[in-house]
Amino acid sequence: MRIVVQEQPFDLGAEANAFAANRTDMGAIVTFTGVVRDDPEKPLRQMMIEHYPGMTERALEKIATEARARWALGDVLVIHRYGPMRPGEQIMMVATAAPHRKDAFEAAEYLMDYLKSRAPFWKKEQGADGEGWVAAKDADEDALSRW
Amino acid sequence: MIDVLYFAWVRERIGLPREQVETTAATVAELVEELRAREERYALAFSDLTALRVAVDQDLTDFDASLKGAREVAFFPPMTGG
Repeated sequence: MRIVVQEQPFDLGAEANAFAANRTDMGAIVTFTGVVRDDPEKPLRQMMIEHYPGMTERALEKIATEARARWALGDVLVIHRYGPMRPGEQIMMVATAAPHRKDAFEAAEYLMDYLKSRAPFWKKEQGADGEGWVAAKDADEDALSRW
Repeated sequence: MIDVLYFAWVRERIGLPREQVETTAATVAELVEELRAREERYALAFSDLTALRVAVDQDLTDFDASLKGAREVAFFPPMTGG
């Protein structure tokens, strides 16, 4: 299990390859990558992500540990960035390894659902017309109830 | 003495990221009442508690939580990770 919280970009290909390397018992590797999305209606200049150093790592470890308890996983990787990012930049990634794909897919979805509303990150969008904090969606909180 | 941290728009409304607070509050809710009584900017930041989340010693909790032995309390809006 590896949890990384960093400001600098990560290399998605290199991380995914390193995560998948040297395994003979894992039949499924799932990766998810979150990307800063531009809105043609309201062009985004920059996304600023704030976090709570210390609690962020604890919260991510707790979520990843819970995923390992619920599914038969060989390994879990979570990388999440903070600081300023431009549209198209990768914000975060999760990777799960499991003997079979169902566990790998479900665990990745679980990690994403919990990471959205239980890891202390806050996004601020900065555009030509000003800036504003991204509001949490009720749907994100509701998504937790299915687990 | 307790460290109080603010994040996102709570930090912006109050105007600082963290401060040390001398308090006898037994719960988070009592600490919020003390802060609200300080100045308008605190009253504004804490005007709607349903819009806020709280962590005591870096664990998410609720406003009824005890502050016994607590070193750090953080206030912030609902999280938007991922």
